[in-house]
Amino acid sequence: MRHHLILRVITKLLVGTIFLFALYVQFHGDYSPGGGFQAGVIMAVGFIIYGIVFTLEKVKAVFPPWLVHKVVALGVLIYAGTGIYSLFYGYGYLDYAAIDPHHPVHGQHLGILIVELGVGVTVTGVMVAVYYAFAARAPSLSDEDW
Amino acid sequence: MLVITALAVVRTRSLFAVVTLSGVFSLLSALLFVTLDAVDVAFTEAAVGAGISTVLMLGTLALTSRSERSEKKTQIVPLLAVVVTGAAMVYGTLDMPNFGSPDAPAQTHVGPEYFERIPKEIDVPNAVTAILASYRGYDTLGETAVVFTAGIGVLALMSGLGRRRKEDEDDPDQEESSA
Repeated sequence: MRHHLILRVITKLLVGTIFLFALYVQFHGDYSPGGGFQAGVIMAVGFIIYGIVFTLEKVKAVFPPWLVHKVVALGVLIYAGTGIYSLFYGYGYLDYAAIDPHHPVHGQHLGILIVELGVGVTVTGVMVAVYYAFAARAPSLSDEDW
Repeated sequence: MLVITALAVVRTRSLFAVVTLSGVFSLLSALLFVTLDAVDVAFTEAAVGAGISTVLMLGTLALTSRSERSEKKTQIVPLLAVVVTGAAMVYGTLDMPNFGSPDAPAQTHVGPEYFERIPKEIDVPNAVTAILASYRGYDTLGETAVVFTAGIGVLALMSGLGRRRKEDEDDPDQEESSA
């Protein structure tokens, strides 16, 4: 899409906004609709739109596949690790009160934030990985094909 | 409008148009969820259904052909199956409480208890997040694991891992099987 000047400029403007919105949805999930799943998808969309407009190689330079694969597992580890952490402090699995024993409500806030982060990280990783897997197989299309 | 879009999806032969229409369908059902006050679900539907899956469908489309082969046979049995299933579902909705009814199970079962407990125990304004991440933390962990497993599955099937092995061994049989 080398000659689509408008698309390229708009994409450059949008990608930052998309990431910002994803972070907002991620960390504001306690107060407004949204959470890890939605934020992960929006974050992945940022990478995918970049990949569509500026070729797959460019986006792979930003977010290399080996890192994507690590990120996919990292999210589940964050989530499960929160549970293990509370086990170590003598609470039930995934009982977030363990994070701040003196102020359980505060612990719940932090716990929700952390596990939502885990969800978001995994979803981002999986979506981008799936996109890479599909896009890597497709021969790059000329504009007339569409 | 949902019905019109669904009919258009069935009638259209160009797969590109079908993918776009299914994106429209997702967006419309997201609007429906907003009307039902399920904002979180609507958000997910709009992001996943209309966003990601459309892109992935287009990616798949690039690998296959652009138009559907026309079917000459009349399809009585599929039509019958659809009609029977649809009738069963409509029959099922007859038992559902009216829209916004105060004695619906959603309003009388565990819902009020959660709304009583959340301000004291978790103190998070969005009850959906509180239930998802805290009271139903195991379920969400399971969902994350499902997403993880699905991603691993797609990677194992489609990504370059197999191709790399093929290059290492340079085995013609394997090249055929993975092609």
